[in-house]
Amino acid sequence: MLQDIIVIGLINGSVYALLAVGFSLIFGVARIINLAHTAFYMVAAYGIFYFAGTLHFHPILSIIISIILVTGIGIVFYIFFIEPIREHETAVLIVTVAIALILQELMLLQFGGHYRSVPSIIYGSAGLFGILVTKQRLLSLGVILLTLAAVGLLLRKTRLGLAIRAAAQDREVANLMGMNVALIAAITMGVSVALAAIAGAIVAPLYVLEPHVWLSPLVLVLAVVILGGLGSVKGSVIGAMILAFVEVTVVFLMPQGSFLKLPIAMVIMLIILLVRPEGLFGVYFEGER
Amino acid sequence: MKRSLSLILAAVLITAMLLTLIPGCGPKVEEKVIKIAVVGPMKFIQGEHHWAGAEMAAEKINKAGGVKVGEEFYTIKLVKVDTDEIVDPDGAVSAVEKAITSDKVDFLVGGFRTEAVMAYTKMVAEDYQKIFMICGAATNELLEGRVDKDYDTYKYLFRVTPIKSSDLVTVSVLMTAQVAQTIREQLGIMQPKVAVLSENLQWNRVLVNMAPAIMKDKLKLDYVGTWDVSATATDITPELKAIEKAGAHIIYTIISGPLGITYARQWGELGIPAASVGINVEAQKDGFLEATKGYGAYDYTLNTYAPVKITYMTIPFYNDFVKKVGQTPIYTAGTYEAIYLLREAIERAGSLDTDAIIKEMEKTEKVTATGKFKFTATHDVQWGPGWVTGLGVQWQDGKMVATWPFKWKPDPEKAPTLEITYPGVVPYKLPPRVLEFWKQD
Repeated sequence: MLQDIIVIGLINGSVYALLAVGFSLIFGVARIINLAHTAFYMVAAYGIFYFAGTLHFHPILSIIISIILVTGIGIVFYIFFIEPIREHETAVLIVTVAIALILQELMLLQFGGHYRSVPSIIYGSAGLFGILVTKQRLLSLGVILLTLAAVGLLLRKTRLGLAIRAAAQDREVANLMGMNVALIAAITMGVSVALAAIAGAIVAPLYVLEPHVWLSPLVLVLAVVILGGLGSVKGSVIGAMILAFVEVTVVFLMPQGSFLKLPIAMVIMLIILLVRPEGLFGVYFEGER
Repeated sequence: MKRSLSLILAAVLITAMLLTLIPGCGPKVEEKVIKIAVVGPMKFIQGEHHWAGAEMAAEKINKAGGVKVGEEFYTIKLVKVDTDEIVDPDGAVSAVEKAITSDKVDFLVGGFRTEAVMAYTKMVAEDYQKIFMICGAATNELLEGRVDKDYDTYKYLFRVTPIKSSDLVTVSVLMTAQVAQTIREQLGIMQPKVAVLSENLQWNRVLVNMAPAIMKDKLKLDYVGTWDVSATATDITPELKAIEKAGAHIIYTIISGPLGITYARQWGELGIPAASVGINVEAQKDGFLEATKGYGAYDYTLNTYAPVKITYMTIPFYNDFVKKVGQTPIYTAGTYEAIYLLREAIERAGSLDTDAIIKEMEKTEKVTATGKFKFTATHDVQWGPGWVTGLGVQWQDGKMVATWPFKWKPDPEKAPTLEITYPGVVPYKLPPRVLEFWKQD
């Protein structure tokens, strides 16, 4: 049983982390709590469904087109709706919820409320430490590692990354140093939305696709980033793993209470927050101090 | 001058006469109309089939001259009421109320999500005294405890599809017995192990609570546990792995929502070596195999419609529906039957008086596409041999085929020769991987 818990926990944790990393990045850099993050994930999934399923494009081509399209949409929404009110955090929260609802209704109008399925990149199952898991899930484990490496490289080894980190540390000073802070924030938003779209490509094939599919992962993403510490990419990954392991353990130890796996994971999150209010690796509170 | 004036007058007269021939321009004749609200989540397949079934019935009845009320003929006019009850059960009440107060509907058909149907049928009966024909919600309590306990208030409510929850239990248990028997015969496992996998929703609580005792005592199976999953869960790998670990040969499902797709896909993709049987509403739909990427093959679920000859009306209705909608009907398409039942009751009553129609509705005994139909004392569907029984359908070789009732003996003691198989029903098949795995084992 322990072997099952470890393997499934690890895989599920990587899926949750993939969803949370982009959310965490945009908060860490631009202090934007983007509640539309998982809605972009949902739109990307619909894009893949449409291009691959309806227009019969190659799945990889469909993924690339969807990521580019959704990133573009994200940047446009950012420039027109978020950037003008960036300084007002509550307004940003409301606007991002509104964006998510607009995207949801647009998908509902276009595709109806039918339950759809996004094609997997790879099919079938494979053994991991003697436990059979689907290859698409294994892929999520690989992609989260690659994504983390890519985000790390971007932030630490490129001039853009340097600018992003500078803007994150102190926007005013970065501005005074001649950096185009607004442009950096827009680019960061683009990266964050692209990460949501990548999650759409990898994670959506595991789930059922319908226009409200963004809500449930949003709760999970919020829990993960709060637990890991708002704005910390590393914290998001560890937070995701903790929640996933708690959930899997609940299912194996108390089957009848399987539906309680998320609430129990939330209780664990609350307990950790009582001990460390800033989350495990919170950068926001550290900055404030 | 006089001549030209006469010509002008004649021209005006002829124009006026011609105009009367154009629809809408003639003297207004008041059309007699019966307005029926079709209530459901219209952006979802459940609502789409509510609407399609109702539309089919209304078109046919209107084409045949309409509903005869006394000596007059009335045309049926449908009003689409999008309750959005899958997403927002609480908001559904105001959508239904608007149909009554603003659109002035005379009757209502439809409904899907128990939580919503419970609320708006209460309002319809208590506040507006309109007849509501439920076509899509199974919970016993929509009628039990209402029509029987407070007839005067709730006499307006009737159910047409599906059969009530407790009858769904009976049918799904009979289907499980069929699967268990197949396992005994083909694998030599005399006491198969069964796991229950349910979604945590109000409609199935009775079933979830009863399941362990039924599995152990009635079906003589080795019950290994119940996994009660959140209805909004997007991943049930841990649950399926735990069920596999428990050594289950059968998974008894009680699922009505999208979880059914997640379940069936992961069940197939992970190669869980257990036969799947029970209620999985998503598996009743055409797109099920596509939605599960083919992994849902051999899932076995209870259903209402299939191309088998339950009665002489079943296959014609089924084919007409497929021709019109391009999909096989799900149980919410029972609005078709509901409108026909309503028409017959109105015609027998000879008036649009609600109480007179209710009295006639209670006397209904009619052959429908789902079986011979009559209402019970609680205005529910009469279930049983000779009446509506429901069906079991399985996905075999890429197609949905009916596999229950197949050689069903409803009462082996009192009627040992009575055996029911509807023409077109085929034997149940165990999934090949289940056969392979347990034979090796």
